[in-house]
Amino acid sequence: MILDSKIPAGPIGEKWTRHKFELKLVNPANKRKFTVIVVGTGLAGASAAASLGELGYNVKAFCIQDSPRRAHSIAAQGGINAAKNYTNDGDSVYRLFYDTVKGGDFRAREANVHRLAECSNLIIDQCVAQGVPFGRDYGGLLDNRSFGGAQVSRTFYARGQTGQQLLIGAYQSMMRQVAKGSVKMFPRREMLDLVVVNGKARGIVVRNLITGELESHEADAVCLCTGGYGNVFYLSTNAKGSNVTAAWRAHKKGALFANPCYTQIHPTCIPVTGDHQSKLTLMSESLRNDGRVWVPKKIGDTRSPDQIPESERFYYLEEKYPSFGNLVPRDVASRNAKMVCDKGMGVGQSKLAVYLDFSDSIKRLGVSAVSAKYGNLFQMYEKITDENPYKVPMRIFPAVHYTMGGLWVDYNLMSTIPGCFVLGEANFSDHGANRLGASALMQGLADGYFVIPYTIGGYFASTKLEKISSSEKEFEDSKKESSERMNKLLNIKGKRTVSDIHRELGHIMWENVGMGRNKKGLEKALAEIPALREEFWKNVNVLGSEGSFNQNLEHAGRLADFLEFGELLAQDALHREESCGGHFREESQTEEGEAKRDDEKFCYVGAWEYKGVGQKPELSKEPLTFDNVHLVTRSYK
Amino acid sequence: MSGNMNLTLKIWRQKDSKSKGQFETIKIGGISPDMSFLEMLDTVNEQQMKEGKEGFAFDHDCREGICGMCSLVINGMPHGPDHAITTCQLHMRKFKDGDTIVIEPWRASAFPIIRDCAVDRSAFDRIIQAGGFVSVNTGSAPDAATIPVPKDQADRAFDAAACVGCGACVAACKNSSAMLFVAAKVSHLSYLPQGKVEAKKRVLAMVAQMDKEGFGNCSNLYECQAACPKNITVDFIAKMNREYLGATALYAEKVYGEEM
Repeated sequence: MILDSKIPAGPIGEKWTRHKFELKLVNPANKRKFTVIVVGTGLAGASAAASLGELGYNVKAFCIQDSPRRAHSIAAQGGINAAKNYTNDGDSVYRLFYDTVKGGDFRAREANVHRLAECSNLIIDQCVAQGVPFGRDYGGLLDNRSFGGAQVSRTFYARGQTGQQLLIGAYQSMMRQVAKGSVKMFPRREMLDLVVVNGKARGIVVRNLITGELESHEADAVCLCTGGYGNVFYLSTNAKGSNVTAAWRAHKKGALFANPCYTQIHPTCIPVTGDHQSKLTLMSESLRNDGRVWVPKKIGDTRSPDQIPESERFYYLEEKYPSFGNLVPRDVASRNAKMVCDKGMGVGQSKLAVYLDFSDSIKRLGVSAVSAKYGNLFQMYEKITDENPYKVPMRIFPAVHYTMGGLWVDYNLMSTIPGCFVLGEANFSDHGANRLGASALMQGLADGYFVIPYTIGGYFASTKLEKISSSEKEFEDSKKESSERMNKLLNIKGKRTVSDIHRELGHIMWENVGMGRNKKGLEKALAEIPALREEFWKNVNVLGSEGSFNQNLEHAGRLADFLEFGELLAQDALHREESCGGHFREESQTEEGEAKRDDEKFCYVGAWEYKGVGQKPELSKEPLTFDNVHLVTRSYK
Repeated sequence: MSGNMNLTLKIWRQKDSKSKGQFETIKIGGISPDMSFLEMLDTVNEQQMKEGKEGFAFDHDCREGICGMCSLVINGMPHGPDHAITTCQLHMRKFKDGDTIVIEPWRASAFPIIRDCAVDRSAFDRIIQAGGFVSVNTGSAPDAATIPVPKDQADRAFDAAACVGCGACVAACKNSSAMLFVAAKVSHLSYLPQGKVEAKKRVLAMVAQMDKEGFGNCSNLYECQAACPKNITVDFIAKMNREYLGATALYAEKVYGEEM
């Protein structure tokens, strides 16, 4: 398939402005004649639903939680970037653009990233006007901090709860539209299929999670804002309910899936304690500003950390990367933690952890200063581990956190299915192979507040949309298929629980498609995943009925999709024989063990087309060109 | 690493909103003190399912104490015995081997039970719809630095905005009052200049909706504050009452839910 990214012509700084002018408009009086479905109510979905409702579109919003305010955007701790340059330290739209392209290891589209940087300032204005309580200084003005290794202070934050505060802002705006009648909210609904009529996305089939009833909803366009697929690894920092189902169903209906192998492993998470572990908890990476990462030099050293003298400690990040030290980007920090643990230097009971030590900062700044900065994080750590980080170094280990890959979209955020738009983490577009800290919130809100309101109008104004109803054959077929699938799950009556198989899938993914990937391991995963999928469809035990509140059935349906999607992720990782960003192919590294990109062969977006379960998907390539930020090797030495 | 705690659980079972519920007693062993409370329940459910029985329904999502989806009244206390955390952050080391633990849903007529321990909290969304927002359309915001906000006020607004909308305050109150939840939102927005413009209209509309949903009144027992996982304090209720009084004085003739 030829992928037309529809990037506007002209200099990088003028593309978006020009494009906004060239997009056709929908007359204000006509907007209410168009219905838009928004699936997912995180930052991307809630901001899109609110903004489209304000414009006068007729919006139907869906979420799987009991309230739209609970979407997992809420868990983001650190902050949101914007090029305001309030700190007078040399930031600009161009610098944010530059840093994001480089941070993404040259695997993102320049034009998209520039637009993101342009929108960043508008987002802060919008959120402040909504009453988002950003951190302020004593003059009453907004405070900024440096985050995730950025050389400028451009991160706006709301204590350690930035995601929550931004989401509540978007949620409240959406609730205002619900009250006005322009947005209709459908909570506790799960999208089970995308309905395509005459080649265009025209609706969805959802399951009412309370009654189990299947419902058809027709529309003129569908926006998928359904987040990432990190839970294919079973353990991740994602919410338990986060899943790939909506994106995967769209993929099966013809939307190409781009760069699924780009997964971000966050370096500072609380280590796993046992098989009962149901999720992993992230500790904000702002901790690396003052904590020092180390392991004992001696392999298998079991002394308690305070008994290990300075000379016998290996501060591996500070030694290997003197200029960035503990603040190297996430992928570099994670990989190095894995390397020292692979060598047997890991700490704690599982030996799969490294120390993050605050004793020097406490000596330098005092307990109260450290507590003022990180008090809530230290408390959270203590609740989970029962250890006091003021006295004992934290133990941390990397965990799956964010997924840069997603459904392929053009510059208008439209997938390869006309009328199916994809926003936020669910699309692939802005972060390349590695996302920088405090950029996820920025992208979700940019897509929802400032991109989709323009591009969806362009689509409506230039597309002929036939009148349809939810009783069309396509809706009935989707409903029937979804119902059959659930019945099939309920009638297997095998021996294994859904969680048990999900855990095994996670194990296969983490061992072979995790932080370090090689041909042998990937081929192993590609043999094991289909076998496990077969086991699932033969031997899973799903209890209860279709027509009731059934969390077990929900989980089974999501796992069924992960069992297909996991294979695509491994396939993509196998094909990309280079290391870039979060994707580290062990065969492609420098003598010093750093990631080695192969721009000659792999400077493209790899987008996959579905060809059937277990069938080899077809790869299409969208070449990437870098006219502004020139291809260089990332170095943090 | 599985543990060795043995527990007796009395968990609320209820088929749906129309059925009558009852406690079911379950014995469980091999619980590790490192498990979170919800991981303990996962283990219970795995065991139930292996025996061919449906697991207990309970709401949860982020499992890191911020989404507000998890609930559960544990031994009579919303979110359990530990202070200022949600159920998902409660760990089994807070219990002893041999303990009996009683697990119930939030109980309030405004939060109908959906199944077992999962309840319908959409009343909270409707209260926000009544006025828990600033009326600003996308694109019409002035530069963020235009209006300075004194730091202490911004901090107070934040303290209120930390509410996760879980409903523990309602579950803790003998009147099932939602005053702490509503007060947190009213205060969050009225402490900020951005929210002041609509403050009077907001407090009247939100309180009216709160009453309409069937939440009870406040009788100053402060149980809500004790149960709140985010340390929202009752002085916000006092703040809301002041706001409400000021608003009624000005809008005396206005009544429930009408456009003002």
